[in-house]
Amino acid sequence: MTERVGPKNYCLLAEFATTEEILHAAKSAYAHGFRRMEAYSPMPVEGLAESIGFERNRIPLVVFIGGVVGGSLGYLLQWYSAVVNYPLNIGGRPYHSWPSFIPITFETTVLMAAFAAVFGMLAMNGLPRPNQPIFGVERFALASQSRFFLSIKADDPLFDPNTTYQFLEGLNPYEINRVES
Amino acid sequence: MSDGSQRPAGDESPVPEPDYTIESVTDKISSIVLVRPYGYGWLVGFTISFVLMMVLLLATSVLFIKGVGIWGVRTPVMWGFAIVNFVWWVGIGHAGTLISAILLLLKQDWRTSINRFAEAMTLFAVACAGLFPILHLGRPWVFYWLFPYPNTMGMWPQWRSPLIWDVFAVTTYATVSLLFWYIGLIPDLATLRDRSKNRVAQIAYGILAMGWSGSSRHWHRYRTTYLLMAGLATPLVVSVHTIVSFDFTIAIVPGWHSTIFPPYFVAGAIFSGFAMVLTLTIPLRRIYGLQGFITAKHLENMAKIILTTGMIVAYGYFIEAFMAWYSANPYEMHQVLNSRPKGPYAHTYWQLIACNCLIPQLLWIKWFRTNPLALWVISIIVNIGMWLERYVIVVVSLSSDFLPSSWAMYHGTKWDYATLFGSMGLFLMLLFLFVRVLPVISITEMRELVHEQAGHDESHGAGGTKP
Repeated sequence: MTERVGPKNYCLLAEFATTEEILHAAKSAYAHGFRRMEAYSPMPVEGLAESIGFERNRIPLVVFIGGVVGGSLGYLLQWYSAVVNYPLNIGGRPYHSWPSFIPITFETTVLMAAFAAVFGMLAMNGLPRPNQPIFGVERFALASQSRFFLSIKADDPLFDPNTTYQFLEGLNPYEINRVES
Repeated sequence: MSDGSQRPAGDESPVPEPDYTIESVTDKISSIVLVRPYGYGWLVGFTISFVLMMVLLLATSVLFIKGVGIWGVRTPVMWGFAIVNFVWWVGIGHAGTLISAILLLLKQDWRTSINRFAEAMTLFAVACAGLFPILHLGRPWVFYWLFPYPNTMGMWPQWRSPLIWDVFAVTTYATVSLLFWYIGLIPDLATLRDRSKNRVAQIAYGILAMGWSGSSRHWHRYRTTYLLMAGLATPLVVSVHTIVSFDFTIAIVPGWHSTIFPPYFVAGAIFSGFAMVLTLTIPLRRIYGLQGFITAKHLENMAKIILTTGMIVAYGYFIEAFMAWYSANPYEMHQVLNSRPKGPYAHTYWQLIACNCLIPQLLWIKWFRTNPLALWVISIIVNIGMWLERYVIVVVSLSSDFLPSSWAMYHGTKWDYATLFGSMGLFLMLLFLFVRVLPVISITEMRELVHEQAGHDESHGAGGTKP
């Protein structure tokens, strides 16, 4: 896998001008049987991820776990230090004075949930990844500005450099690029 | 407008103005950073704020050499400007989170024009706020003792003290605000990476954008994350100022020991925060020609929020006075009904009432809500009023608490003022830098908004014009 003998096909990249066109193209490609594909847009497009078969993500689960872990650790820290490790009698209050522990427990819950959300999102998205094969396509710079792209990856079982190219042409794109890795 | 039902009631002008497209939005906002040369005005503004920040540096250097004795704090008033400034700055920060998180969850589309800028304001205000409690420590170089870490002294923080809650609340708030701001920026950083012609800028934005490609799977996770972060930030922002108010209410000092404090501190924070957003965006939209994005409607909406929260704050003052009287506690009654309105700090108290309760009432009149200059002046008055409010709470209560024999006056010294104005310099300098290097309006969200509006206005899809 790692040995690289010359450039290899990575994907075919078709460019579209509007959200309607990219949605239609993505749905057609999915219906045609392609699975290893990706759509790119300068802003989130309603239904685009779903149209290439990505229905749900696991961010909420990760955030929930982060929150539970953060809250538990925050409370445990206070309980351990105030009850076990260094009990200190302050005005006869109980060592385990749980109402006083709530604000910090809340803060650590939010903190860990937020860390889980952001770093979980980045990790699942495979970021940071400053350079990617598709960045070699000059017009792909427009993917972050105003244009929409659909890529079909070379490792898709149905991928064939010529027939897939013809299929994409049938979707009436503005341009098609071969991307090599 | 065909989609009037989609908008909040009372909406007259569209946001942003209707002739923008995805391309022109991208072009207009990114060109502020990438194309527009930095002007004379920017340089002058940056220089002034930089000089002020140097004043802060000088004041803190002298503080580190000589100690807190250079400030006006003396027994019995041991919390002076530092705590006033801390509460003031934290409060200012809250509008940013409110705009970015709460208005997002409430689906208020108009927030899109101001959320990025307001979030930056939050970060910089919290940075200024965070300085003060640390400077206020007798030995600021051991500030990390506030955090629980295994140490050779075998000690732990005192968890029953609101001061340690504050440490956690403010650091969490600063961290979450930074993360929220940064993930909001990632797609825009990718736009800047792809649009900039300068090699250094390409590399810098490229590193910060982390290789964002706009993949639909990424967007899917991104949107969930953004929404969840908004959901987390919303209770967080309420908790932060609640905990700040606990610094006062958990103590038994007359004038502090009151259950109205948490809600009225939160309302006051939003009040002063929106005032600061107005103080900053009114010149910003004029200088950078952003009236098409930050419209009269934004100014009016913010003015309405100031009016509303201002009345909540006024209600807070009233309930404080009523409860002091109703409690029949001599100390509380003396503090709230005597010391504040009639004591040696009466002029400060009445100035605060004028700034926070009376002058904002002008916002009932539409002319004041829509005239940028009038609104700008009112916003500054509100900021001053909120600073005075914290001054009255902190100083008047401490200077005349239980025993008349231990009463004493407090006045800030020149170093107190140098630190206050210096922190404003730091704040403004960071904002000037922000305006130069990052997009002041979220390009991505603006594209979404423009696209949505185009979809609503014309039922047929936009024609595929090919560049």
